[in-house]
This record gives sequence, structure tokens and C-alpha cells, in this order.
Amino acid sequence: MKKYNYDIVVIGGGPAGLAAALEAKKNGVEKILICERSARLGGILEQCIHNGFGLTYFKEELTGPEYATRFIKAVEKTDIAIKRGTMVIDVTQDKVITAENGEDGLFEVQAKAIILAMGCRERTRESITIPGDRPAGVMTAGTAQRYVNINGYLPGKEIVILGSGDIGLIMARRMTLEGCNVKGVLELMPYSTGLMRNKVQCLDDFGIPLYLSHTITKIHGKERLSAVSIAEVDDHKQPVPGTEITVPCDTLLLSVGLIPENELSQKAGVAFDPVTKGPLADEKRCTSVPGIFACGNVLHVHDLVDNVSEEAQNAGRSAACYIKNQLTRRTQSIAVKAGNNIGYVVPQQIDFEPGKDKVVKLYMRVKHPAQKVAMTIANDQGNILASFKREVVAPGSMETLALPVKMIAGNPEFLKISVTN
Amino acid sequence: METDVLIIGGGVIGSCIARQLCRYHLDITLVEKQSDVCMGTSKANSSMVHDGYNIDGHKLKGRLCLEANTMYEKMCRELNVDYRPATGSIFAGFTEDHLAIMKQQLENSKTNGLSGLYIANHDQMMALEPNISREVQYGLVNPNTGTINPFDLTMALAENAVMNGVKVFLETEVTNIHTRKGKIESVETNIGRFKPKVIINAAGLYSDKIAGMVEKVDGYIHPRKGSYFLYDKKWGDHVKHCIYSPPTPVSKGMIMVPTTEGNILAGSNAVEVNDREDFATVGAEMDEIYSHTIHRLFPKMPRMGEVITAFAGLRAASNTEDFIIGHAKTVPAMINLIGIQSPGLSSAPAIARMAEELVRETGEDLDFSERPDYNPNRPAPVILRNMDPETRSALIQKNPDYGSIVCRCETISKGEILDAIRRPIPARNLDAIKRRTRAGMGRCQGGFCGPRVVGILEEELGITPLNITKRGGRSNILLDKTKDLSLLEGGANSEKIQL
Ligand SMILES: Cc1cc2nc3c(=O)[nH]c(=O)nc-3n(C[C@H](O)[C@H](O)[C@H](O)COP(=O)(O)OP(=O)(O)OC[C@H]3O[C@@H](n4cnc5c(N)ncnc54)[C@H](O)[C@@H]3O)c2cc1C
Ligand SMILES: Cc1cc2nc3c(=O)[nH]c(=O)nc-3n(C[C@H](O)[C@H](O)[C@H](O)COP(=O)(O)OP(=O)(O)OC[C@H]3O[C@@H](n4cnc5c(N)ncnc54)[C@H](O)[C@@H]3O)c2cc1C
Repeated sequence: MKKYNYDIVVIGGGPAGLAAALEAKKNGVEKILICERSARLGGILEQCIHNGFGLTYFKEELTGPEYATRFIKAVEKTDIAIKRGTMVIDVTQDKVITAENGEDGLFEVQAKAIILAMGCRERTRESITIPGDRPAGVMTAGTAQRYVNINGYLPGKEIVILGSGDIGLIMARRMTLEGCNVKGVLELMPYSTGLMRNKVQCLDDFGIPLYLSHTITKIHGKERLSAVSIAEVDDHKQPVPGTEITVPCDTLLLSVGLIPENELSQKAGVAFDPVTKGPLADEKRCTSVPGIFACGNVLHVHDLVDNVSEEAQNAGRSAACYIKNQLTRRTQSIAVKAGNNIGYVVPQQIDFEPGKDKVVKLYMRVKHPAQKVAMTIANDQGNILASFKREVVAPGSMETLALPVKMIAGNPEFLKISVTN
Repeated sequence: METDVLIIGGGVIGSCIARQLCRYHLDITLVEKQSDVCMGTSKANSSMVHDGYNIDGHKLKGRLCLEANTMYEKMCRELNVDYRPATGSIFAGFTEDHLAIMKQQLENSKTNGLSGLYIANHDQMMALEPNISREVQYGLVNPNTGTINPFDLTMALAENAVMNGVKVFLETEVTNIHTRKGKIESVETNIGRFKPKVIINAAGLYSDKIAGMVEKVDGYIHPRKGSYFLYDKKWGDHVKHCIYSPPTPVSKGMIMVPTTEGNILAGSNAVEVNDREDFATVGAEMDEIYSHTIHRLFPKMPRMGEVITAFAGLRAASNTEDFIIGHAKTVPAMINLIGIQSPGLSSAPAIARMAEELVRETGEDLDFSERPDYNPNRPAPVILRNMDPETRSALIQKNPDYGSIVCRCETISKGEILDAIRRPIPARNLDAIKRRTRAGMGRCQGGFCGPRVVGILEEELGITPLNITKRGGRSNILLDKTKDLSLLEGGANSEKIQL
């Protein structure tokens, strides 16, 4: 078995992996390797041919492949080693990764630091347990996106979409543009879970109805999908008797959530956040295992790739500092807690002295939509350190708060983020 | 087409009989109406190889199950099938009533000539099953309950039969049987007529219908549905043995099985249904399986999130609730196997041996001398995830396709998928590839590898993706090319959901 040595191994060549590797390079790391299981770099962006990427990072509107290409070109100009078609199958706490490809066979790499950037996967029909038959024609929206945008085939023509996640909304428009009839989007929650701009641009502009507080109660069809039963749900998400109707269709697309892809992180022994389903991370994006960093959708699901790139740069820079022994731990970590109407906050703790950093960026999602609110950061004494006004907050849109580091100079035991009216 | 023996049905029973007979100088044909073997009951069951401890040894199914248990190990060794004879089962009990059932079953096991069973107390149970509910007081432990991958077994039996000259016709449905004066004339199918000397009816849920094609039969099938949850491999260690839940006044006992592949299978209830094609799962029934068995036994296992699939199987229960195996009354050259419900999988090798006896008894002119070239062994398919790193690496060096991962959840390579398409019974659709390789059987349920496997099938079989199906018939994955519909005058209909 071949054995290699690298300073940093980046697992995953999507936007997170690419930005992390580039930033580590800029910070003077010599030997960097990116392992990507696909034949091409770019991650999920390869199939996202719609626009809307890069608005904050590049201040212009790009398609997914365009956004990815900028990073791929930049990486290719450096001496960062890239192994495509390479699946990482194991990672240990001692930072040995095992991977496999057609050229090297099975091989091992000893790294000084590892950056996890494996992205996420879609939740399936079974993860939300929709009963009924098991015909062809039921698939996740992302799988359909691949069939349509990469393979050039349509999974069906008469379409119902379950879940108002962004991929489902994007696919509603995409299928409509292909001449299919998207009969409607059903959402279990009383609010849309995707970005507001996607609801407007992908549904409203095309006259596609969105039914909130609705779900699918049964799937019909022996060979190919023939219909779905749909019903309204009550406050406990239970179908309301008498509201069930059957809608004929040949395709059901599911856009019911994304889950960080963390089987490898588990092998590496990092600790997890039960809410994000990703590793616990600090402000340097270091996991509970020193020298193993994580960024992008593997850590928590992002709506916008721009935030992924920013987070990944942080991880890349931090990994570089880690190798050069330039990170100084605080005497005591500061826990970052989710308060009123906050689902989760990343980072979950602050571990290091700020060094040159002026702010700590906190990413979070609210639990329920709310209007005209203040998002506050309080310390362990309950004193409000910073407050940020928001017109609207919704679970579908990640919120970012920048906390000036001077505010935590007093080393509070914890910080608590809350939404208040 | 003339043939000595025509076997109807490519489930575990038909396949096992095919393999049993292929050692002789017989011309054997197996017809299966579906697009692959093992698409009936043999693919959706509890995957347990019972030793027969709790069964009535005087019934035919009891006798055959006990007999088969002594044959299983050799069969699986020859076929290179992963059989775990020592998984063990435990009937978990909460009350004195349950203890009473255990004592009866323990007695029954002795009557059936079995040994090694014992009743464990609370502390022993906690040691045997650290994650089980603290409420469990007793357990009837049977160290000799085995587990197997039922589609692997069925596939291996059928492949080994093909290697030994059996002809398998897929998508070939028997529609009628013509007889004259008690002799078989011909068997009609959708692809033409067969003229067999002997017919073996192993048509599972339809075995009574096939039997009814030659005479009026007393035996009939009343299908009984059983549904399952399959948990992510993350939970594989949570349950150590096959655990039976005790019955309640409203529900029969069910089972949780740690599968050979490392998942947890949990089910199955028993619901009489009219439709032999009704494999739909029902919300309320799934809730019952969860609360009655999963949550009651292993409270930490969640209802949602960790379940990677749910499915149902139909038991081909007969009116006698026993196996009905024998010659058709008026056509001695026709052998019926009706009502092969549980423990049919466990009994397969003994059923096949019995079927051979019945074929010999027909008195037809058949050459039962052994073929010198008969090979009972089926070479193990390449499974990279089970190999040590050095062997795996060496193999990839020889064939880089083995280094190209297509299914990320189960780590299945392109090479393994190509093998599945090239095996003695070729896989031609997504589910057929899934049964042979596990690609698409993991937590993302084919979301990732589906489009990639479609691409490999397209390349290897030279067919358009529009003709690639999930499981044959009209289960096409894709319905059109992009740009076709949008160019149509008038476009598709635009009716929306109206509430
Ligand atoms: C369908 C879809 C539509 C989106 N639309 C928009 C949009 O309109 N605008 C916007 O700003 N954002 C959008 N996003 C969000 C944005 O694209 C993602 O947040 C971003 O791609 C995440 O980057 P990542 O690198 O973390 O993950 P990914 O892009 O998923 O990349 C992860 C990479 O890791 C590789 N990998 C995983 N496991 C292994 C392993 N074991 N070994 C080797 N390699 C591995 C994968 O092959 C993949 O290339 C969308 C996301 C999706 C899924
Ligand atoms: C819920 C459940 C749990 C079970 N658990 C266990 C267990 O743990 N252990 C155990 O030992 N047993 C178990 N069993 C029983 C076991 O699965 C069956 O006994 C066994 O699979 C029966 O195999 P078969 O070949 O008879 O039927 P099948 O697998 O159904 O095969 C019959 C085949 O005949 C084909 N066919 C039908 N009609 C025609 C036609 N006209 N022309 C051509 N082909 C035709 C069908 O397509 C099918 O492929 C269980 C069964 C169920 C339903």
C-alpha cells in the first residue's frame, strides 16, 4: 500500500475544500493535498446551473459552475496537489487518512492537519417515513437536478414537490422551464423553509402554488408513481381528517432537508452537535480533535455558498496556524449557547486568543420566523454585549452576527444568543 | 421448447430446487415473471434461519425446517454466502405470562431434539443485550438461530444452477398449462410454449393459481402482509441478537434482527390482505410496529431520522397454515409447493430435497445419473469492502474500475457494478444491481449513485437511459430528454393542485 506525507489534507473538493486549501496555501503551508471523490472539482455547484451565487463574495451574480470555476482556476495555479476520483474511506485521530482511487489503489496519507469539507446529503423519503407503495418516480430534488442538468434527462412530467427547501424551489422552476407541469409544492411547516428570494423567483413568478402546513400521506403506484395523497396538518403535524385529496402525478421530488455527511468525521472521533448534525467547532473551525478542522456543509448546512467560502478560508488559515504552532488557547473556553428562538449557533465555543482578529463571526438559524426583532448576544451575567436589528428572521435564512472581540475580553464563561422583540 | 423439468418461480424455493436438480443429466428450465430472480417474498422477510425450536415438529413445515438446519452450513459454504449460524435469538419477556410461554417453548425445543436453549434472568439479559429496556425480566435464549442475506442466498442458488446448465428465463410468465389425460402437454407463457416432462410449481403467492391451471385445488393462499423498518448501520451494534417481542392482547410478537450486513431490521406485523400485489406500507401499522416492538424493546431507537427504508412482504399463507407439497392429484408430473410461508427460507434445502424425491416418483423418463462436471461451488463475487487492504490494492492495480467508488454510502465500486451486470444472471436495472452489490441500499437510498448507475448501465448494455428501470416493467426512472417537452407546441398541461 502506498504511503504519502502531507502538511494538510483537505477532504472534499467542493467550494469549502477549495477555499480552505487556497487560504492555507496563502498562509505559507507547503504540502497540501485535496482528495475529491468525483472526477471533477466543484462539489454540488457542478449541477447548480442557476444564478444567484457570489453576490456577497464576488459582488456579482454567478451560476454555480462559474463560482466554482473561479476557485478551481485559482487552485490549479498553485502547487496544491489534487487527487480526483479519490474517495477517502477512513480518518483516524492521529490524522492518518485512507483513500482509494483507480491509480494508487488503496493508499494512506499522514497529515499534520486535516480539513473536513465533505458537504452534505439530502434527506430521503424514508428519513421522513412516507408510507405507501415503492414505485419509480420518487426521488430527491438534488438527484433530479443531476439527471436534468448533468445527464440531460427528465425524471418525469407531472410533478409534485414535497418540501420548500431551496433545491426543491430551484427544481420547480427548472422543470417548468423544461416544459413539465409542476403541480404544486407542499410544506409541512407553516412557513417556507427556503430563501425568500427563491420562493418569489421560482414559484410566484411561475404561478406554482405553495401549500403550507401540508404533507404527503401516501404514495401510490406499483411500477411508476401514479398519484400522491396529500393532507393538511394540524399544529402537531398530524394530518387533519377530511382534508385528504389524491393528486395524480408521475414524479415526486423531495426537498425535505440536508444532513451533513459525517461518516468520516465519526471515524475520526470528533464530537457532534445534535442540532446541526455536524461536528462541534470553535471560532477557528477546529473540531474536538486538535488539528482536525471542518467547514462548509459538513459542519452545518449553509444556504449561500458565499458564507461557505468565508468559513472555509477561516478553517484554512487556522489549519496553517495550527501547523506553525501559532494558535494560543484561552485559559478557559467560552461556550456559545442558543437562547430564545435560536436553533443553533456555530461556532459552539470560542477556544483561542483572538490574535489579529477583530471580530468573531457567529452563524445561526432561528427556530421560528419573526418580524422586527433584535438579535442579542449576552454574557454569562445576562448583560447584553451587542444587539442587532432584523426586519425579518426565518429558519430558511442563516443569520450572521459579528461580535467584536473586545466585548469578550472579560472572559465570560458563556455567551447566549437570543431573539427578542 | 422442450425441457425435462420446468420450474415456475425464481424465489429461494425455485432456485434451490434448480440447484438441487442441476447435478443430474436433466434439462432444466426456470421461468420467472419478474425482471430478476428474488423479487418476491424471498427478498422481503426477516432473514432468519430458524432451527425450529418453537415450531410444531409434526407439521410438514416443522419437519422440513429441522431437517434443513443440518444442511445450511454446507450449502452456504459451497455458495460462498455469508451465513451466521450463531447470531442467536432471544424471546424477551416482561411478565410471568411471558415466562410461561418461554417454558412451553423450551419444552418444545427438547421435543424437537434441540439443545442449548435456556431462560435468562434480568441480569443475564442486561449482560446479553446492554441496550434493551430495563423492564425486560426474562429471556428465552436460543444460541442456534442464524441469520443470512436472503437475496444473496437466492441469487447464489440461481447463479450456481445457471453455471451447471439450468436455463433461466426472466420476464417470462406462465399464463396457462395444458394437460391431456393426466399428462402435461404444454405450458403457455408470454414468450411462447414450453413442453416439459415435469412441472415444479414454486410460484409463491401465485402457487395456488398455477396449481389451479390443471385441476380444481383445495389449497389456496391468503396473503398476509408483514412490514419492516430498516435502521442505519450506525445502529448495527445496538442490538446483539434477534430479539422477539412478546405478544400483547392486540398484537402478535415481532422481531428485531441484526442483519448480516450490519443494519437492524425491525418488524413484522401480520395483516390479512386481498391483493397479492399490495406491498404498500401503512402509516398506522408502522406506528404500531414502532411502539409495540422497537420502542418497547430498545427505547433509544428513534422513530424517524435513522430509518433508511421501510418495506413490506407478503406471506403466502395457505388455508392449512402448513406447507402443502406434493403431486397434483390428476397430473402426477406436476409438483406443487403451496403455502411456503415462514420458515420457508430456513427450510429451502430440505424442501428442495423433497422436491427431488417427488420428481423421481413421477416415473417420467429422466436421467438421474450425476453429471461429472457438476460444480456445487459458486465463486464469491468481488466485494472490496470485505477485503484486506493489500488484496484490495492489488485488485485495483489490475482493474482500476475497482478503485472508482460509485455508491458512497456502502462503498461500492464501478468494477463491482460491472461485475453485477456480467454475472451468470445479469443485472439489468437499478434494483437488480442493488440486490447484487448493495449499491443504493445505504442511507441515501440511491440518491447519489442512482444517476451514476444509470450511466454505467447505459454504457455497458448500450441502451438509452430512457429504457432503464428501477425494477423492470414500466418502472422507468426517466421519462424524456431535456429540451424535448419545452419545444412542444402548446407544452404540457398546466393544471395545478387546487385545494
Ligand atoms: C442543490 C443545491 C442548490 C444550491 N443553490 C445555491 C444557490 O442558489 N446559491 C447559493 O449561494 N448556494 C446554493 N447552494 C449552497 C451551496 O452550493 C453549498 O452550500 C456549497 O456547495 C457547500 O459547499 P461544500 O464544499 O461544503 O459542499 P459540496 O459542494 O457538497 O462539496 C463537498 C465535496 O466533498 C466531496 N466528498 C465528500 N465525501 C468525500 C470523501 N469521503 N472523499 C472525497 N471527497 C468527498 C464531494 O464529492 C463534494 O465534491 C445550493 C446547494 C445545493 C445542494
Ligand atoms: C414478513 C415475512 C417474514 C418472513 N420471515 C422469515 C424468516 O425469518 N425465516 C424464514 O425461514 N422464512 C421467513 N419467511 C418466509 C420466506 O420468506 C418464504 O417462505 C420464502 O421466501 C418463499 O420463497 P418462494 O420461492 O416460495 O416464494 P417467492 O420468493 O415469492 O418466489 C416465487 C416466485 O414466483 C414467481 N411467479 C409467480 N407467478 C408466476 C408465474 N405465473 N410465472 C412465472 N413466475 C411466477 C414470482 O414472481 C416469484 O419471484 C418470511 C416471510 C414473510 C412474508
